[in-house]
Amino acid sequence: MSEILVLVEHVEGQVKKVTLELLTLARKLGAPSAVWAGPGYTAEAQARLAEHGAEKVYVADSADIADHVVAPKAELLAQLATEKSAAAVLVAATAEAKEIAARLAIKLDAGILTDVVGIQDGMVAEHSIFGGGVNVRARVTKGLPIIAVRPNSTPVEPAAGAGAEERVSVAVSDAARAVRVVERVKEEKGARPELTEAAIVVSGGRGVGSAENFSIIEKLADSLGAAVGASRAATDAGWYPHQFQVGQTGKTVSPQLYIAAGISGAIQHRAGMQTAKTIVAINKDPEAPIFELADFGVVGDLHQVVPQLTEEIAKRK
Amino acid sequence: MNIVVCVKQVPDTATERKLRSDDKTLDRDAADGVINELCEYAVEEALRLKEAHGGEVTVLTMGPGKATDTIRKALAMGADKAVHLVDDALHGSDALGTSYALAQTLKKIGFDLVVLGSESTDARTGVLAAMLAERLGVPQLTFSNKVEVNGETITAQRVTDYGYDRVEASLPAVVSVVEKINEPRYPSFKGIMAAKKKPVTTLGIADAEIDASQVGLANSWSEVVDFAAAPPRAAGTIVKDEGDGGVKTADFLASKKFV
Repeated sequence: MSEILVLVEHVEGQVKKVTLELLTLARKLGAPSAVWAGPGYTAEAQARLAEHGAEKVYVADSADIADHVVAPKAELLAQLATEKSAAAVLVAATAEAKEIAARLAIKLDAGILTDVVGIQDGMVAEHSIFGGGVNVRARVTKGLPIIAVRPNSTPVEPAAGAGAEERVSVAVSDAARAVRVVERVKEEKGARPELTEAAIVVSGGRGVGSAENFSIIEKLADSLGAAVGASRAATDAGWYPHQFQVGQTGKTVSPQLYIAAGISGAIQHRAGMQTAKTIVAINKDPEAPIFELADFGVVGDLHQVVPQLTEEIAKRK
Repeated sequence: MNIVVCVKQVPDTATERKLRSDDKTLDRDAADGVINELCEYAVEEALRLKEAHGGEVTVLTMGPGKATDTIRKALAMGADKAVHLVDDALHGSDALGTSYALAQTLKKIGFDLVVLGSESTDARTGVLAAMLAERLGVPQLTFSNKVEVNGETITAQRVTDYGYDRVEASLPAVVSVVEKINEPRYPSFKGIMAAKKKPVTTLGIADAEIDASQVGLANSWSEVVDFAAAPPRAAGTIVKDEGDGGVKTADFLASKKFV
C-alpha cells in the first residue's frame, strides 16, 4: 500500500489530537507514515502515533527545523514525498501547517485543498464554505493530493500500526533558513484546551459587557473542560485577547459542543463555528440570528443563566 | 522602500455568496464586491512603513474589471499607484495559479517588500503569502501582528497558538498581517478625490510574462467535483429564561451526555 504522509502537530513533545484524527483518516487512503519535524520527539510520542495506525514514523529534529518557520518543514516533506513515492500528504488545517502545505505544493507541482472536513473514496475532499452555507466536493487533478484537514472533523479511532522509527536527515537550503526565529514568546494560557482542538468551546460576545465579566464565561468553560472563545465585538472591545476570536477573521472551530453567550450570531461569527455538532445559545434578544442555528437556546440574561448553568453542572458531577 | 500591497476584491460577506452552476467558480456578479477586510490592514501597514521609511506604495490587484472599485479604495487610503492584473485567461485560477500570476507580476514591477492580508474572506485558504515567498525565493514573515524595518533587516511577530514568535530576515521579503496589527484609516474626502487621478496600470498576462498554461480554471491543480447548499439545521428548542434557564440548559446538556 502506498504511503500517506501525515505531518505531526505537537507541542512540548505531546502529539496533538488532530494528528490522531489525520492518522485515522489516512488509514482509509493507504499506509500512514507520521512525519515528526522539530524538537521534543520521545518514545512515548512514537507509541502514541503507532497506536493510531502509523506504520512508520519519520523523525527530523535538527536545529535547522527548530529555529526556522515553515520553509524547512516544506523541504522535509518534499524530500520524503519524493523518496517514498507517497500517494498523498495530510496536514492539519492550522495556520502554519497550511503554509507548509502551500510551499510543498509548489515544490511538488501538486494540488492543494485546504480546510477539508472529510475525505471520500478516490481522494475526493469535502469542504464547508461561505460560513457553512455551501458544501463542496473537490479533488486534486495534478500531482499527489496535499490536503489540510480541519481539526475535530474526524472521530479518532485507535488501530495499531508498526510505528517503525526512521531518522531523516534533510539538507535544508539557505533560502529556507532565511527567516530566523529570534525568540518564542509564550503567553499565559492556563490549563484550558486549545481553541481549535477543543471538544467543547464556550464563547462570549458583546453581551458579556466587560473584561471582568469574562470570568463568568471562563468558569463555565472550566466546569466543562472547555476552551474559551470570543466574538469579534468582545475582542475589539479589548475584553478578551484576539487569539481567542472565533469567526471570519479569527479561528474556525468545529467542536462537539459550542456554547455562545451574549453573541448575536452575525455571519462573520457563524463562519467560524457553524460546523459545530451541537450549538447552545444564550442571548437576551429573541431575534438574535444565533437562535436560528441553536439546538437549544435560552432567551435571557447571560449574567443570570451562565452562573446558574455552571453551578448546576458542578452539582451533577 | 518600494512596497507592493496585494489587495483582493471579495464578495461582501453580508450578501448571499454563491458558486456559479456553469463552471463552479465564485459568482462575482451575484454579490457586491468589496475590499477584502484583511487587505485594509495590509494597506494601512504598507502606508505606515512608507511614512516611517519613505518610498512608494503600489497596489497590486488580480481580478476582473469591476475590481477597480477596490483599487480606488486602496488608493484613497493613500497608496501612490496601482497595477491591475486583468485577463480572461486568469478566470478560475486556484491558489497555485494565482500565486504564479502574482509572482510573475511582482518580478516584472519589482519590490522591496510585499504586504498581504493573512487570508481572504471568500476562499479563506491563508496560503497565498507563503506561496508567493516560495515562488519569489524571498523570506516570508506571515501572520504578523507587528512589523518593523531597520535598514535591510525586517522583524515581525508571528502569531502562534501559544503567543508569538519573533522572526527576523533580510529584505526583500513577503509579509502577511493579521487583524489586530493596526487600525486602518478611513479615506478622507481629499484622499478619495486624489485617488481618481492616481495612475492605474492595467496588465494582461502577456504583459506580465505569465504562461497561459499555468493559469485559469482549466489549468488549475484542483477542481470542484460538485457542490450543494448545506442542509438547514433542524430547528432547536428555544426557551425563555424564567429563573431556571441555567437548569434547563444543564438538562439539555445532560440529555446529550455533555454533563
